[in-house]
Amino acid sequence: MTLLQNTLYVTTPDAYLRLEGETVCVMVEQQRRLQVPLHHLGALVLFDHVMLSPALLGRCAEDGRSVVWLNRSGRFQARLEGPVNGNILLRQAQFRTAEDGRAALVLARATVAGKLRNSRQVLMRGAREAKSGADRDTLVKAARLLAIQIRKLPQAETLDALRGFEGDGARLYFESLPAVMREPVREQFPFEARSRRPPRDAFNALISFLYALVLADCRAALETVGLDPQLGFLHAVRPGRPALALDLLEEFRAPLADRLALTLINRGQIQPGDFDCREGGAVLLNDKGRKTVITAYQERKQETLTHPLLQQDTPIGLLPHIQARLLARFLRQDVRAYVPYLQR
Amino acid sequence: MLVLVSYDVSTETSAGRRRLRRVAKICLNHGQRVQKSVFECRVDQAQLETLKFQLLDEINEAEDNLRIYRIPEPLGKHVMEFGRFRATDFDDTLIV
Repeated sequence: MTLLQNTLYVTTPDAYLRLEGETVCVMVEQQRRLQVPLHHLGALVLFDHVMLSPALLGRCAEDGRSVVWLNRSGRFQARLEGPVNGNILLRQAQFRTAEDGRAALVLARATVAGKLRNSRQVLMRGAREAKSGADRDTLVKAARLLAIQIRKLPQAETLDALRGFEGDGARLYFESLPAVMREPVREQFPFEARSRRPPRDAFNALISFLYALVLADCRAALETVGLDPQLGFLHAVRPGRPALALDLLEEFRAPLADRLALTLINRGQIQPGDFDCREGGAVLLNDKGRKTVITAYQERKQETLTHPLLQQDTPIGLLPHIQARLLARFLRQDVRAYVPYLQR
Repeated sequence: MLVLVSYDVSTETSAGRRRLRRVAKICLNHGQRVQKSVFECRVDQAQLETLKFQLLDEINEAEDNLRIYRIPEPLGKHVMEFGRFRATDFDDTLIV
Protein backbone atom coordinates (compact mmCIF):
# COMPACT_ATOMS: atom_id res chain seq x y z
CA MET A 1 0.00 0.00 0.00
CA THR A 2 1.21 3.48 -0.81
CA LEU A 3 2.32 5.52 2.15
CA LEU A 4 0.80 8.95 2.54
CA GLN A 5 3.87 11.12 2.30
CA ASN A 6 3.92 14.72 3.29
CA THR A 7 3.78 17.62 0.87
CA LEU A 8 6.03 20.61 1.25
CA TYR A 9 4.29 23.89 0.40
CA VAL A 10 6.46 26.91 -0.22
CA THR A 11 4.54 30.17 -0.31
CA THR A 12 7.34 32.57 0.64
CA PRO A 13 8.30 34.59 -2.45
CA ASP A 14 11.91 34.26 -3.56
CA ALA A 15 12.58 31.17 -1.51
CA TYR A 16 15.32 28.93 -2.85
CA LEU A 17 15.22 25.18 -2.42
CA ARG A 18 18.34 23.11 -2.68
CA LEU A 19 19.44 19.55 -2.27
CA GLU A 20 21.80 18.92 0.61
CA GLY A 21 22.72 15.29 1.02
CA GLU A 22 19.39 13.50 1.18
CA THR A 23 17.51 16.55 2.38
CA VAL A 24 15.75 19.58 0.97
CA CYS A 25 16.86 22.93 2.38
CA VAL A 26 14.50 25.85 2.09
CA MET A 27 16.55 29.04 2.01
CA VAL A 28 14.96 32.45 2.49
CA GLU A 29 17.31 35.42 2.21
CA GLN A 30 20.41 33.26 2.72
CA GLN A 31 18.92 31.75 5.85
CA ARG A 32 17.96 28.14 6.29
CA ARG A 33 14.28 28.08 7.18
CA LEU A 34 13.63 24.38 7.01
CA GLN A 35 15.53 21.22 6.30
CA VAL A 36 13.55 18.06 5.56
CA PRO A 37 14.84 14.61 4.62
CA LEU A 38 13.54 13.71 1.16
CA HIS A 39 11.98 10.47 2.36
CA HIS A 40 9.24 12.42 4.12
CA LEU A 41 8.14 14.17 0.98
CA GLY A 42 5.92 12.86 -1.79
CA ALA A 43 5.47 16.21 -3.46
CA LEU A 44 6.60 19.81 -3.53
CA VAL A 45 4.01 22.50 -4.24
CA LEU A 46 5.51 25.88 -4.97
CA PHE A 47 3.67 29.16 -5.21
CA ASP A 48 4.90 31.87 -7.54
CA HIS A 49 8.57 32.88 -7.37
CA VAL A 50 10.21 29.86 -5.83
CA MET A 51 13.42 28.45 -7.26
CA LEU A 52 14.85 24.97 -7.12
CA SER A 53 18.47 24.06 -7.55
CA PRO A 54 19.22 21.94 -10.63
CA ALA A 55 20.43 19.15 -8.36
CA LEU A 56 17.13 19.06 -6.49
CA LEU A 57 15.15 19.16 -9.73
CA GLY A 58 17.16 16.25 -11.06
CA ARG A 59 16.69 14.28 -7.91
CA CYS A 60 12.93 14.83 -7.80
CA ALA A 61 12.59 13.84 -11.45
CA GLU A 62 14.58 10.69 -10.83
CA ASP A 63 12.57 9.65 -7.77
CA GLY A 64 9.23 10.51 -9.35
CA ARG A 65 8.53 13.06 -6.64
CA SER A 66 5.96 15.46 -8.00
CA VAL A 67 6.89 19.13 -8.26
CA VAL A 68 4.13 21.58 -9.11
CA TRP A 69 4.23 25.34 -9.52
CA LEU A 70 1.04 27.28 -8.86
CA ASN A 71 0.51 31.01 -9.05
CA ARG A 72 -0.56 33.02 -6.01
CA SER A 73 -4.20 32.16 -6.46
CA GLY A 74 -3.48 28.48 -6.81
CA ARG A 75 -3.79 28.28 -10.55
CA PHE A 76 -1.59 25.67 -12.19
CA GLN A 77 1.51 27.02 -13.89
CA ALA A 78 3.99 24.23 -14.45
CA ARG A 79 5.12 20.90 -13.22
CA LEU A 80 8.21 18.79 -13.40
CA GLU A 81 8.06 15.88 -15.79
CA GLY A 82 10.58 13.14 -15.20
CA PRO A 83 11.30 10.15 -17.41
CA VAL A 84 8.17 8.44 -18.72
CA ASN A 85 7.56 5.50 -16.48
CA GLY A 86 4.77 3.25 -15.45
CA ASN A 87 3.13 0.51 -17.34
CA ILE A 88 2.92 0.95 -21.09
CA LEU A 89 0.35 -1.83 -21.34
CA LEU A 90 -1.85 0.08 -18.92
CA ARG A 91 -1.51 3.27 -20.93
CA GLN A 92 -2.33 1.37 -24.12
CA ALA A 93 -5.46 0.07 -22.44
CA GLN A 94 -6.30 3.64 -21.44
CA PHE A 95 -5.93 4.83 -25.04
CA ARG A 96 -8.01 1.95 -26.40
CA THR A 97 -10.79 2.71 -23.92
CA ALA A 98 -10.76 6.37 -24.92
CA GLU A 99 -11.05 5.42 -28.60
CA ASP A 100 -13.99 3.17 -27.87
CA GLY A 101 -16.78 5.73 -27.53
CA ARG A 102 -19.04 3.30 -25.71
CA ALA A 103 -16.52 2.51 -22.96
CA ALA A 104 -15.50 6.16 -22.61
CA LEU A 105 -19.14 7.11 -22.13
CA VAL A 106 -19.59 4.48 -19.43
CA LEU A 107 -16.59 5.87 -17.54
CA ALA A 108 -17.64 9.48 -17.98
CA ARG A 109 -21.08 8.56 -16.69
CA ALA A 110 -19.59 6.98 -13.57
CA THR A 111 -17.55 10.13 -13.00
CA VAL A 112 -20.56 12.42 -13.30
CA ALA A 113 -22.67 10.12 -11.14
CA GLY A 114 -19.98 10.21 -8.44
CA LYS A 115 -19.75 13.97 -8.63
CA LEU A 116 -23.48 14.62 -8.39
CA ARG A 117 -23.94 11.94 -5.74
CA ASN A 118 -21.21 13.48 -3.56
CA SER A 119 -22.58 16.99 -4.13
CA ARG A 120 -25.94 15.75 -2.97
CA GLN A 121 -24.32 14.29 0.11
CA VAL A 122 -22.98 17.76 1.02
CA LEU A 123 -26.48 19.22 0.71
CA MET A 124 -28.02 16.45 2.82
CA ARG A 125 -25.46 16.91 5.54
CA GLY A 126 -26.21 20.62 5.42
CA ALA A 127 -29.90 19.79 5.80
CA ARG A 128 -29.24 17.62 8.86
CA GLU A 129 -27.28 20.43 10.49
CA ALA A 130 -29.53 23.29 9.35
CA LYS A 131 -30.60 25.68 12.08
CA SER A 132 -33.70 27.00 10.36
CA GLY A 133 -36.60 25.16 8.79
CA ALA A 134 -36.41 27.26 5.64
CA ASP A 135 -32.79 26.24 5.01
CA ARG A 136 -33.62 22.62 5.65
CA ASP A 137 -36.48 22.75 3.16
CA THR A 138 -34.28 24.41 0.52
CA LEU A 139 -31.58 21.77 0.93
CA VAL A 140 -33.92 18.79 1.04
CA LYS A 141 -35.64 20.05 -2.08
CA ALA A 142 -32.36 20.56 -3.92
CA ALA A 143 -31.17 17.12 -2.84
CA ARG A 144 -34.36 15.61 -4.21
CA LEU A 145 -33.90 17.39 -7.54
CA LEU A 146 -30.29 16.22 -7.70
CA ALA A 147 -31.42 12.66 -7.10
CA ILE A 148 -33.76 12.96 -10.09
CA GLN A 149 -30.88 14.33 -12.12
CA ILE A 150 -28.68 11.37 -11.14
CA ARG A 151 -31.39 8.92 -12.13
CA LYS A 152 -31.49 10.54 -15.58
CA LEU A 153 -27.82 9.87 -16.26
CA PRO A 154 -28.27 6.44 -17.87
CA GLN A 155 -30.39 8.14 -20.54
CA ALA A 156 -27.43 10.19 -21.73
CA GLU A 157 -26.45 8.55 -25.00
CA THR A 158 -23.67 10.99 -25.88
CA LEU A 159 -20.96 12.82 -23.99
CA ASP A 160 -22.61 16.15 -24.74
CA ALA A 161 -25.92 15.02 -23.29
CA LEU A 162 -24.05 13.79 -20.23
CA ARG A 163 -22.25 17.11 -19.84
CA GLY A 164 -25.64 18.80 -20.07
CA PHE A 165 -26.96 16.75 -17.14
CA GLU A 166 -23.76 17.45 -15.24
CA GLY A 167 -24.09 21.20 -15.80
CA ASP A 168 -27.73 21.23 -14.68
CA GLY A 169 -26.85 19.24 -11.58
CA ALA A 170 -23.93 21.50 -10.72
CA ARG A 171 -26.10 24.60 -11.08
CA LEU A 172 -28.75 23.13 -8.79
CA TYR A 173 -26.09 22.28 -6.27
CA PHE A 174 -24.35 25.66 -6.23
CA GLU A 175 -27.67 27.53 -6.09
CA SER A 176 -28.59 25.86 -2.82
CA LEU A 177 -25.10 25.76 -1.34
CA PRO A 178 -25.44 29.08 0.57
CA ALA A 179 -28.09 27.36 2.70
CA VAL A 180 -25.29 25.19 4.13
CA MET A 181 -23.52 28.32 5.38
CA ARG A 182 -24.39 29.55 8.82
CA GLU A 183 -26.72 32.55 8.93
CA PRO A 184 -24.17 35.27 9.92
CA VAL A 185 -21.52 33.87 7.61
CA ARG A 186 -23.83 34.05 4.64
CA GLU A 187 -23.66 37.85 4.67
CA GLN A 188 -19.88 37.85 4.90
CA PHE A 189 -19.55 35.44 2.01
CA PRO A 190 -22.21 36.31 -0.55
CA PHE A 191 -22.22 33.51 -3.10
CA GLU A 192 -24.58 33.37 -6.02
CA ALA A 193 -23.04 31.22 -8.67
CA ARG A 194 -19.77 29.62 -9.50
CA SER A 195 -17.35 32.09 -11.09
CA ARG A 196 -13.78 31.41 -12.08
CA ARG A 197 -10.90 32.87 -14.00
CA PRO A 198 -11.00 35.02 -12.00
CA PRO A 199 -13.22 34.18 -9.02
CA ARG A 200 -15.52 37.16 -8.33
CA ASP A 201 -16.20 36.59 -4.65
CA ALA A 202 -14.43 35.20 -1.63
CA PHE A 203 -16.18 31.83 -1.55
CA ASN A 204 -15.41 31.23 -5.21
CA ALA A 205 -11.78 32.16 -4.57
CA LEU A 206 -11.67 29.71 -1.69
CA ILE A 207 -13.09 26.74 -3.57
CA SER A 208 -11.01 27.51 -6.67
CA PHE A 209 -7.88 27.41 -4.56
CA LEU A 210 -8.89 24.11 -2.96
CA TYR A 211 -9.74 22.58 -6.35
CA ALA A 212 -6.22 23.45 -7.49
CA LEU A 213 -4.73 21.65 -4.47
CA VAL A 214 -6.90 18.56 -4.95
CA LEU A 215 -6.21 18.57 -8.70
CA ALA A 216 -2.47 18.51 -8.08
CA ASP A 217 -2.99 15.48 -5.82
CA CYS A 218 -5.22 13.74 -8.38
CA ARG A 219 -2.67 14.26 -11.09
CA ALA A 220 0.15 12.92 -8.94
CA ALA A 221 -2.01 9.89 -8.05
CA LEU A 222 -2.65 9.07 -11.72
CA GLU A 223 0.99 9.39 -12.58
CA THR A 224 1.99 7.18 -9.68
CA VAL A 225 -0.33 4.48 -10.92
CA GLY A 226 1.08 4.86 -14.44
CA LEU A 227 -1.90 6.41 -16.20
CA ASP A 228 -1.62 9.32 -18.60
CA PRO A 229 -3.21 12.32 -16.84
CA GLN A 230 -3.80 14.09 -20.14
CA LEU A 231 -6.17 11.59 -21.72
CA GLY A 232 -9.58 11.90 -20.13
CA PHE A 233 -13.00 10.46 -20.80
CA LEU A 234 -15.40 13.14 -19.62
CA HIS A 235 -13.09 16.06 -20.29
CA ALA A 236 -12.05 16.54 -23.87
CA VAL A 237 -8.40 16.31 -24.77
CA ARG A 238 -6.66 19.64 -25.22
CA PRO A 239 -2.96 20.43 -25.32
CA GLY A 240 -1.63 20.88 -21.82
CA ARG A 241 -4.91 20.05 -20.14
CA PRO A 242 -4.78 17.27 -17.55
CA ALA A 243 -8.11 15.86 -18.73
CA LEU A 244 -7.98 12.60 -16.79
CA ALA A 245 -6.91 14.41 -13.61
CA LEU A 246 -9.91 16.70 -14.09
CA ASP A 247 -12.12 13.62 -14.51
CA LEU A 248 -10.80 12.18 -11.28
CA LEU A 249 -11.20 15.53 -9.53
CA GLU A 250 -14.95 15.54 -10.20
CA GLU A 251 -15.79 12.96 -7.56
CA PHE A 252 -13.68 14.77 -4.95
CA ARG A 253 -14.80 18.36 -5.51
CA ALA A 254 -17.71 18.27 -3.11
CA PRO A 255 -16.39 16.04 -0.30
CA LEU A 256 -12.79 17.28 -0.20
CA ALA A 257 -12.92 20.89 -1.35
CA ASP A 258 -16.46 22.29 -0.95
CA ARG A 259 -17.06 20.62 2.39
CA LEU A 260 -13.74 21.86 3.74
CA ALA A 261 -14.44 25.38 2.47
CA LEU A 262 -17.82 25.37 4.21
CA THR A 263 -16.30 24.14 7.46
CA LEU A 264 -13.60 26.80 7.32
CA ILE A 265 -16.02 29.67 6.92
CA ASN A 266 -18.67 28.26 9.24
CA ARG A 267 -16.12 27.96 12.02
CA GLY A 268 -14.71 31.39 11.31
CA GLN A 269 -11.26 30.00 10.54
CA ILE A 270 -11.38 31.89 7.26
CA GLN A 271 -12.75 35.41 7.30
CA PRO A 272 -13.30 38.13 4.75
CA GLY A 273 -9.97 39.66 5.84
CA ASP A 274 -8.17 36.64 4.40
CA PHE A 275 -8.96 37.79 0.86
CA ASP A 276 -7.70 40.62 -1.33
CA CYS A 277 -9.73 42.34 -4.00
CA ARG A 278 -7.99 43.08 -7.27
CA GLU A 279 -8.82 45.62 -9.90
CA GLY A 280 -11.47 44.34 -12.25
CA GLY A 281 -13.38 42.53 -9.54
CA ALA A 282 -11.17 39.50 -8.99
CA VAL A 283 -11.01 38.20 -5.42
CA LEU A 284 -8.05 36.13 -4.26
CA LEU A 285 -6.81 34.59 -1.05
CA ASN A 286 -3.99 36.55 0.55
CA ASP A 287 -0.87 35.10 2.18
CA LYS A 288 -2.45 34.55 5.57
CA GLY A 289 -5.60 33.00 4.15
CA ARG A 290 -3.61 30.75 1.88
CA LYS A 291 -1.64 29.36 4.81
CA THR A 292 -4.78 28.69 6.81
CA VAL A 293 -6.34 26.83 3.89
CA ILE A 294 -3.25 24.74 3.16
CA THR A 295 -2.90 23.79 6.82
CA ALA A 296 -6.55 22.77 7.04
CA TYR A 297 -6.29 20.75 3.82
CA GLN A 298 -3.16 18.96 5.00
CA GLU A 299 -4.79 18.11 8.32
CA ARG A 300 -7.85 16.83 6.55
CA LYS A 301 -5.69 14.55 4.41
CA GLN A 302 -4.29 12.89 7.54
CA GLU A 303 -7.73 11.94 8.85
CA THR A 304 -8.81 8.41 8.13
CA LEU A 305 -12.11 7.00 7.03
CA THR A 306 -13.34 3.68 5.74
CA HIS A 307 -13.32 3.43 1.97
CA PRO A 308 -16.88 2.45 1.07
CA LEU A 309 -15.91 -0.05 -1.62
CA LEU A 310 -12.75 -1.58 -0.20
CA GLN A 311 -13.93 -1.47 3.42
CA GLN A 312 -10.50 -0.55 4.67
CA ASP A 313 -9.32 2.36 6.74
CA THR A 314 -7.58 4.94 4.59
CA PRO A 315 -6.13 8.38 5.13
CA ILE A 316 -8.25 10.86 3.16
CA GLY A 317 -5.12 11.97 1.32
CA LEU A 318 -4.81 8.53 -0.28
CA LEU A 319 -8.34 8.46 -1.72
CA PRO A 320 -7.19 9.82 -5.12
CA HIS A 321 -4.55 7.07 -5.24
CA ILE A 322 -7.10 4.39 -4.47
CA GLN A 323 -9.48 5.65 -7.12
CA ALA A 324 -6.65 5.88 -9.65
CA ARG A 325 -5.88 2.24 -8.93
CA LEU A 326 -9.51 1.20 -9.28
CA LEU A 327 -9.58 3.06 -12.59
CA ALA A 328 -6.45 1.24 -13.75
CA ARG A 329 -8.07 -2.07 -12.83
CA PHE A 330 -11.11 -1.21 -14.89
CA LEU A 331 -9.02 -0.12 -17.89
CA ARG A 332 -7.10 -3.39 -17.72
CA GLN A 333 -10.49 -5.11 -17.61
CA ASP A 334 -9.73 -6.80 -14.30
CA VAL A 335 -13.09 -5.54 -13.04
CA ARG A 336 -16.35 -4.97 -14.88
CA ALA A 337 -17.07 -1.42 -13.72
CA TYR A 338 -15.42 1.65 -12.29
CA VAL A 339 -17.03 2.73 -9.04
CA PRO A 340 -16.33 6.36 -8.17
CA TYR A 341 -15.57 7.38 -4.62
CA LEU A 342 -18.87 7.79 -2.81
CA GLN A 343 -18.77 9.87 0.33
CA ARG A 344 -20.85 8.51 3.16
CA MET B 1 8.75 5.02 14.06
CA LEU B 2 10.72 7.74 15.73
CA VAL B 3 14.26 7.03 16.85
CA LEU B 4 16.67 9.13 18.81
CA VAL B 5 20.29 8.91 17.67
CA SER B 6 23.02 10.25 19.92
CA TYR B 7 26.74 9.88 19.59
CA ASP B 8 30.11 10.74 20.99
CA VAL B 9 32.79 10.94 18.37
CA SER B 10 36.33 11.58 19.50
CA THR B 11 37.58 14.85 18.00
CA GLU B 12 41.18 14.62 19.13
CA THR B 13 42.52 13.74 15.71
CA SER B 14 41.62 15.22 12.34
CA ALA B 15 40.32 11.81 11.32
CA GLY B 16 37.99 12.00 14.32
CA ARG B 17 36.71 15.44 13.36
CA ARG B 18 36.10 14.14 9.87
CA ARG B 19 34.11 11.21 11.30
CA LEU B 20 32.08 13.64 13.41
CA ARG B 21 31.08 15.69 10.39
CA ARG B 22 30.20 12.63 8.38
CA VAL B 23 28.15 11.06 11.17
CA ALA B 24 26.17 14.30 11.57
CA LYS B 25 25.54 14.37 7.83
CA ILE B 26 24.17 10.82 7.78
CA CYS B 27 21.85 11.67 10.67
CA LEU B 28 20.65 14.83 8.91
CA ASN B 29 19.75 12.77 5.86
CA HIS B 30 17.31 10.81 7.99
CA GLY B 31 16.02 13.34 10.48
CA GLN B 32 16.69 16.57 12.27
CA ARG B 33 19.24 17.86 14.71
CA VAL B 34 17.64 18.55 18.09
CA GLN B 35 20.86 19.05 20.05
CA LYS B 36 24.51 19.18 19.09
CA SER B 37 24.97 15.44 18.82
CA VAL B 38 21.39 14.29 19.21
CA PHE B 39 19.08 13.65 16.27
CA GLU B 40 15.45 12.66 15.98
CA CYS B 41 14.73 10.56 12.92
CA ARG B 42 11.37 9.35 11.72
CA VAL B 43 12.11 6.23 9.72
CA ASP B 44 10.57 2.94 8.72
CA GLN B 45 12.22 -0.40 9.40
CA ALA B 46 14.25 -0.40 6.19
CA GLN B 47 15.41 3.17 6.63
CA LEU B 48 16.43 2.41 10.19
CA GLU B 49 18.62 -0.42 8.95
CA THR B 50 20.20 1.84 6.33
CA LEU B 51 20.80 4.52 8.93
CA LYS B 52 22.34 2.03 11.32
CA PHE B 53 24.66 0.50 8.72
CA GLN B 54 25.77 3.85 7.39
CA LEU B 55 26.60 5.02 10.90
CA LEU B 56 28.38 1.82 11.89
CA ASP B 57 30.37 2.07 8.70
CA GLU B 58 31.53 5.54 9.67
CA ILE B 59 32.34 5.41 13.36
CA ASN B 60 35.42 3.96 14.94
CA GLU B 61 34.13 1.57 17.53
CA ALA B 62 37.31 1.78 19.57
CA GLU B 63 37.04 5.53 20.13
CA ASP B 64 33.43 6.58 19.47
CA ASN B 65 30.09 5.50 20.71
CA LEU B 66 26.63 5.51 19.25
CA ARG B 67 23.24 5.00 20.83
CA ILE B 68 19.90 4.62 19.06
CA TYR B 69 16.72 4.78 21.13
CA ARG B 70 13.27 4.01 19.89
CA ILE B 71 10.65 6.50 21.10
CA PRO B 72 7.14 5.12 21.61
CA GLU B 73 4.23 6.97 20.02
CA PRO B 74 2.33 9.19 20.54
CA LEU B 75 5.15 11.64 20.72
CA GLY B 76 3.24 14.33 22.57
CA LYS B 77 3.04 11.95 25.49
CA HIS B 78 6.66 10.82 25.52
CA VAL B 79 8.69 13.81 24.44
CA MET B 80 8.95 17.04 26.40
CA GLU B 81 10.59 20.11 24.96
CA PHE B 82 12.03 23.05 26.89
CA GLY B 83 14.25 25.94 25.98
CA ARG B 84 14.80 27.82 22.78
CA PHE B 85 14.79 25.06 20.18
CA ARG B 86 11.56 23.62 18.81
CA ALA B 87 11.68 20.51 16.65
CA THR B 88 9.78 20.36 13.36
CA ASP B 89 7.23 17.59 13.04
CA PHE B 90 7.86 16.27 9.54
CA ASP B 91 4.40 14.67 9.47
CA ASP B 92 2.73 17.97 10.23
CA THR B 93 1.86 20.55 7.60
CA LEU B 94 5.03 21.86 6.02
CA ILE B 95 4.60 25.42 4.78
CA VAL B 96 7.34 27.96 4.36
